[in-house]
Amino acid sequence: MPLLMPVLLASLLFCVGVYGVLARRNAILVLMAVELMLNAVNINLVAFDAWLRDELLAGQVFTLFVITIAAAEVGLGLSIVLLVFRNRETTQLDELNELQERAPEQTS
Amino acid sequence: MSLVEAVFGLLGVVAVASALLVVTTHQLVHAALWLVVTLGAVAGCYLLLSAEFVAWVQVLIYVGAVVVLLLFGLMLTKAPIGVSLDLDGPPLQRAAAAVVAVGLAAVVCVAAAQAFHGEQIELGDDAGRGSSTSTGTAVFRAWVLPFEVLSVLLLAALVGAIVLSRRDIGSDDDRAVQEGR
Repeated sequence: MPLLMPVLLASLLFCVGVYGVLARRNAILVLMAVELMLNAVNINLVAFDAWLRDELLAGQVFTLFVITIAAAEVGLGLSIVLLVFRNRETTQLDELNELQERAPEQTS
Repeated sequence: MSLVEAVFGLLGVVAVASALLVVTTHQLVHAALWLVVTLGAVAGCYLLLSAEFVAWVQVLIYVGAVVVLLLFGLMLTKAPIGVSLDLDGPPLQRAAAAVVAVGLAAVVCVAAAQAFHGEQIELGDDAGRGSSTSTGTAVFRAWVLPFEVLSVLLLAALVGAIVLSRRDIGSDDDRAVQEGR
């Protein structure tokens, strides 16, 4: 199999994830897009592991580590989203603008 | 083109198409379900790349646990069932995101095509590679220290998640705010 196939698949998946992170305004959908980006990285790791025929299986073991970290990230991220929802009644990211810098005429 | 390459290409098309649906659909629950399709197709790609154990971990952890967590999150934030039109940013933001994503895709794909053109992955002449035996041996011989550190990290993250989502603990200010409401 050409190495280019998994690498191109990973780049396309990553860019779809980038679009999702930038375009969505619901916090949980942004977390889903982050999962897509992590999966793209995992495909790269597995593909290069198979290409280099690594003795220590570094690519596959790192993929397992990334999957674990992604699970921890989703758990923490969702609990933060739930906390925000409990306090603010919203999961829309652009409504969480309390710390933004306002125009001077609005603050004075 | 061999059978493995054809199946891999098919799975790749399925993965990218359903990923596009994840980031463009107007129904929240559908996004989570399309994510299942993407993750399943990626698991199939792992199988074809001789990473059998990683593929089953992907199915167990991602399709089994992470998507269920995301669905719970949707449920607990009172996500509407059906079409909701406020999931995307304004059109200008979407256009900017599309420009960034397409530009990044072009740059990365051209760079990868120039760097790895003609390289071949040799599959199939090493039957035990990626099985649970060889992966387990690698994890518990060469990678045992990172593995243990990672288990502590996972424990800390989950304890943090529990602390964040409990209502009956927290600072006095939080409690005053909750009682005042």
